[in-house]
Amino acid sequence: MSISTVETVETVETVARGRVRRARRRRVVIGVLAALIVLGFATTLMVGQTFYPPGDVVRVLLGQDVPGASFTVGRLRLPRAVLAVAAGLAFGLCGVTFQTMLRNPLASPDIIGISAGASAAATFAIVVLSLDGAGVSAFAIVAGLAVALAVYALSFKGGVSGTRLILIGIGVAAMLESLTSYILDRAAMWDLQEAMRWLTGSLNGATWNGALPVVVALLLLGPLLLGLSDNLSALQLGDDTASALGVRVDRTRLLAVVGAVGLISFATAAAGPIAFVAFLSGPIAARLVGSDGSLLVPSALVGALLVLVADFCGQFAFGTRFPVGVVTGVLGAPYLVYLIVRTNRVGGSL
Amino acid sequence: MTTDHSLLVEELTLGYKDRDVIESLDLAIPPGRITAIVGANACGKSTLLRSMSRLLTPRSGRVLLDGQEVHRLQPKAVARTLGLLPQSPVAPEGITVSDLVGRGRHPHQRMLSRWSRQDDEAVAEALETTRTVDLADRPVDELSGGQRQRVWIAMALAQRTDLLLLDEPTTFLDVSHQVEVLDLLTDLNTARGTTIVLVLHDLNLAARYADHLIALASGRLHAAGPPERVLTPETVHAVFGMHSRIITDPTSGKPLMLPIGRHHRADAQADA
Repeated sequence: MSISTVETVETVETVARGRVRRARRRRVVIGVLAALIVLGFATTLMVGQTFYPPGDVVRVLLGQDVPGASFTVGRLRLPRAVLAVAAGLAFGLCGVTFQTMLRNPLASPDIIGISAGASAAATFAIVVLSLDGAGVSAFAIVAGLAVALAVYALSFKGGVSGTRLILIGIGVAAMLESLTSYILDRAAMWDLQEAMRWLTGSLNGATWNGALPVVVALLLLGPLLLGLSDNLSALQLGDDTASALGVRVDRTRLLAVVGAVGLISFATAAAGPIAFVAFLSGPIAARLVGSDGSLLVPSALVGALLVLVADFCGQFAFGTRFPVGVVTGVLGAPYLVYLIVRTNRVGGSL
Repeated sequence: MTTDHSLLVEELTLGYKDRDVIESLDLAIPPGRITAIVGANACGKSTLLRSMSRLLTPRSGRVLLDGQEVHRLQPKAVARTLGLLPQSPVAPEGITVSDLVGRGRHPHQRMLSRWSRQDDEAVAEALETTRTVDLADRPVDELSGGQRQRVWIAMALAQRTDLLLLDEPTTFLDVSHQVEVLDLLTDLNTARGTTIVLVLHDLNLAARYADHLIALASGRLHAAGPPERVLTPETVHAVFGMHSRIITDPTSGKPLMLPIGRHHRADAQADA
C-alpha cells in the first residue's frame, strides 16, 4: 500500500463519472415521478361520473365559468386532487425523514404511534365530543404531536436509540388502537360511520378548507426538512460518525422530529391516516433512485403519486367506491410482512 | 502542515451518569506522530477518544485543539481539522463505496451546495490511498471485513483532516488485515505528516507501529512515552494485572510483550 501524492487523473474521472451517472438517474426518476403526478392530477380533474375534456378543465382552472364543470371540477375534484398531492407529499416526506433519521424502515410515523395518536384523538372528537371539520383536525394535530413527544421522551436514555424508539412506539400505538376500538364500541351508528371513514383515510368530501392547511404546512415545514437532508444523510452513518463529520446530532434530530410530526399531523387531520403511505414511499424511492444521496424529494413524490393513484383506483377500479386508505392498506400490509420476514432471515438491524 | 496543530488534554474528567470513567487526565498528543492508546477493557480508552473529538462533553477540564477548547468550536470547523473513525460506524443498506467515501466531504460542503472538483479529487485520493478504487461502484454490504474497514478509513481520509483519530480500527480483522490497516496508517503519517491517534487492543502491534504510547489504567494515565520506555513488565502488570516478559522484537527492534499465564509460570522467569 502506498500513498500517491499526485492522484491519477483517471481515478478522479472515474469518481466524477460515477457521481454524474447517479445524479442523472436521480434527475430522471424525479422528472418521471413529477410528470406522472401531473398526469394523475389532470386525470383526477377530468375523469369521474362525467368526463370533462382538458379544454373545460383548463378553463375552470383559469377561473372561467363552465356550466357543470365549474362546480364538479372546481369545487369537488380540484380540492380532492390538491389534498391528494399535498397529503401524499407530506406522508412521503415525513416517513422517509423518520426512516433515515432512525436508520430503520420500520420507523415510519404510521408504525410508531403518531398516526395512532391522531386517530384516537379524532375518534374521541367525533364520537364523544360530536365535533367535526376543524375541531377534529385540531384534536388530531395536537394528539399527533403529543404522542410523538411522549414516545421520544420514553425512549430517551442519554440519547435516542432507533430500536428502542420503534419498540416503544409500536407499544404506544397498540395502546392507542385499543383506545380507539373502545371508543368506537360505544359509538352511535351515525358517529361510527363518520369515525370509520376518517380512520380509513379518505379523500371523499375533500374541501378547500381541509386542503389548504396541508398546503400551508407543506410550504412552511417542507423546506425545513429539505434543509436538513445533508445532515440526515450523515446521520445514516451512525450518531458518532455524524458528529465526527460536524453534524449537531441532537439539534438535527429535534428539528426533524418537530418538522416531520407537525407536517404529518396536518396531513392526517385533513385526510385521515392514509394507511402505509409514509411507510412505503421511502423504500419505493430507494428502489428507484438507489441508496445513494438523499431520498427526501423522491420519497415525497412517490407519496403523492401513491395517494393519487390509490384514490383513483379506489373510486373507479372496483364496482363500489373504496376510500383511498383501503387501497394503500392492501399494498402496504404485504410489504410490512416482507420486511419483517426478511429481517428475521438477514438477522441484521434491517 | 499537520505539525502546526496541537491537541492537548487538561485535567479532563469524563463520565457517564454517576460513574467517572476518566479522572483528571493530562495529555499532549505529539503532532505529526502516531500515538496509540492502550489499556484494559473499560479503562476509558474509547471515552477519551470520543471526548477528544468533541463527541462527549467533559465533566470538567478541557480538550484543546490548537489552543482552543474543542467543545466550544463550531462542529464543522473541528471536523475539517480533526477526523474520527468510530468503533462501529453504520453503512446504510445498499450504499456504494464511492458514495460512502463521498460522505466524508460533509464538513467541507455548505447546505445543498454543488459537488465540486475538489470533492471528487479528495474521494479519488482516498480511494487510491486505501486501494479501494476497484470497489468504487460496489455496495458496501457485499464487501469483506478487511475491505469494509479500508472503505471506512477512505471515508475518514476524504475528510482531509490533519489529525485522524481511530477507535480500534483493527477489531474483527484477521492478523494480515490488521497489519495492512496499520501499514496504511503509517503510510499516511509518513507521506502527509497526518497526526494519528488510535485505540488499539494489541499491545505488540501498538508498540511496533506507534511512536508514542499512552497506557491508561482505570481512568488514569499510567505511563506515556516511546514504546521502549512505556512497555515494561511493570506497566503491563499495572494496566492488565498480568505478568509478562518483554523482549526485543527481532524484526522491528521494538519491545515485544510475552504474556505469562498461570500454567506457564514455573518455567518462566517472571520479572514482575
